[in-house]
Amino acid sequence: MKLAIKLAFRNLIGAGLRTWLNVIVLSFSFVIIIWLKGVMSGWDQQAKTDMTNWEIGGGQYWHESYDPYDPFTFSDSHSPIPGEFTGEIEKGDMEPYLIAQGTIYPQGRIQSIMIKGINPNQSIFMLPAHKLDTSMTDAIPSIIGSLMAKNLKAGIGDRVTIQWRDNQGTFDAAEILITDIFTVSVPAVDQGQVYIPLDRLQSMMGLEGEATILTYRNSESPVVDVPGWTHKPKEILTAQVDEMIKMKTTGQSVLYAVLLLLAMLAIFDTQVLSIFRRQKEIGTYVALGYTRRQVVGLFTVEGAMYAVFAALLSAAYGLPFLAWQAKAGWTMPVDASDFGMAIAQTLYPVYSAGLVVSTVLLVLLVTTVVSYWPSRRIAKMNPTEALRGKIQ
Amino acid sequence: MKTILIPILSTCLLISATAQDANEILKRVERNMSSDNRIFESSMIIHGNRASRTITSRTYAVGDKQSFTEYLSPAREQGTKMLKLENQLWIYSPSTDRTIQISGHMLRQSVMGSDLSYEDMMDDRKITEIYDSEVTGTEPVDGRNTWILDLTAKVTDVAYHKRKMWIDTERYVPLREELFAKSGQLLKRTSLSEVKQIEGRWFPMKVIYKDMLKQGDGTEFVITSVKFNQSIPDYIFSKAALKQ
Repeated sequence: MKLAIKLAFRNLIGAGLRTWLNVIVLSFSFVIIIWLKGVMSGWDQQAKTDMTNWEIGGGQYWHESYDPYDPFTFSDSHSPIPGEFTGEIEKGDMEPYLIAQGTIYPQGRIQSIMIKGINPNQSIFMLPAHKLDTSMTDAIPSIIGSLMAKNLKAGIGDRVTIQWRDNQGTFDAAEILITDIFTVSVPAVDQGQVYIPLDRLQSMMGLEGEATILTYRNSESPVVDVPGWTHKPKEILTAQVDEMIKMKTTGQSVLYAVLLLLAMLAIFDTQVLSIFRRQKEIGTYVALGYTRRQVVGLFTVEGAMYAVFAALLSAAYGLPFLAWQAKAGWTMPVDASDFGMAIAQTLYPVYSAGLVVSTVLLVLLVTTVVSYWPSRRIAKMNPTEALRGKIQ
Repeated sequence: MKTILIPILSTCLLISATAQDANEILKRVERNMSSDNRIFESSMIIHGNRASRTITSRTYAVGDKQSFTEYLSPAREQGTKMLKLENQLWIYSPSTDRTIQISGHMLRQSVMGSDLSYEDMMDDRKITEIYDSEVTGTEPVDGRNTWILDLTAKVTDVAYHKRKMWIDTERYVPLREELFAKSGQLLKRTSLSEVKQIEGRWFPMKVIYKDMLKQGDGTEFVITSVKFNQSIPDYIFSKAALKQ
């Protein structure tokens, strides 16, 4: 085996440009596959971290009627905050949310909104809820996301009229004063959402002490079975991110396959050409006492060594590139806010050792198989014919 | 002389109106405005910022609880149908050949860009059943004497907590109406005109709706023909009729 590696190394170096062209193509596949997988992994981490910080905390309890995908349920999705959670709420480890539907009239235009009541002293979410000045009486203090502000063409200090129907269905209207605008990559927290103090919304709706969603801080908190409320652990709330990443990864596999196919085609061709041109050499090996299996092994090692060279070349230029990407991130050329997913405009790839090792092993395995495939012909060669260089 | 007469006449009118129960006035208005059923064709003129659009339709209505509207023009809206049964509303769109139920936030959207929202079409109880009314004054509107009625909700599950109506003192037809939020903010204003006597009742043929929170000149609703108490087959008020 040691001799096979030595011979393979010499043969590859001796082949010159042909070897390096193969190695360069294969190294591109290495770097691109690792980078793309890193981007997906970074997106996964970023989306889940942002969702935790801005939307779902460590997990939630939903009112049993609440279904974010069914507007029919919204008007009935509220009930008094269960006594079981009083302690946690007082400690600030759980925050109630009340959700109501409404309409906003920016510059006389009409837009549907979700009005969310949130505790101004909360510390679970990164929402700047402390900017909800509760001492204000002539307007309702509110905070909105930057996308919402863009849609409304509104800024900090602007007043906009909102209209809603209370729990009895009676129309009511008032002015909100935008006290802060935040930037977030989770669309569900931004688009069409207006945040106002919880007690204000409860009184507007005639739903004092009631909530739609209860969010807790610590995902390790023991689950309490409360009638009328459904527990939603973090894994379920982030399932859509997992599904999206799974779908995108499947789509990207096609790209990996195309990249590998190109590299493998080059290696396959090189191997076929080698076996065709090096028949005398094969005959000599056999004459010197090599078994046919050993000769096949020699050629297979030679082919697989392309992957080793490519890995080394990838490390030479890929490591600085991948490290720079992890720091600078990749900014998507299209506006990510329209995706409807928790996705930041700039994604920072995250590379794990498992990701790099699995990619190297995958490429090495595929290269070995592709190298072995044409080498099998050697086993069928007649050694004397091969020694004479006769085409078989 | 004229300046003295008008306040005197108005005061006399107010005294007689107060004497005449406000509820009684509203009942007489309902007699004019309501019918067992009606079939009417109408034009809805929506005044936008740049241009106006006219949408014509034919409506079959039984009381205030059931109605079926088919849009006749323009070509883009032709064939669109809307069915209201009690508190449910469906819309059929011929371009997609699909029927969707309007619910939740969609009810708050405007009907074809007009100043009317879908939920404005959903309240179907009699005014006298849900409001306490009081005659608070008189005022001429479009050259006609009117009583001003202030209505305050006597039930909690009502869309508008307060309403103000200007009722023609002779014909018992509302000539103007204002709808207020619980906070007292004026939300909508309706002006009714071109009152005609049809089949023994006075009926306004033109209504201008104005969403006071929205920009624009409002939406004109002109009834081009109306027939009361016709025989309307039951199948019209079914979801199956939407696709026919």
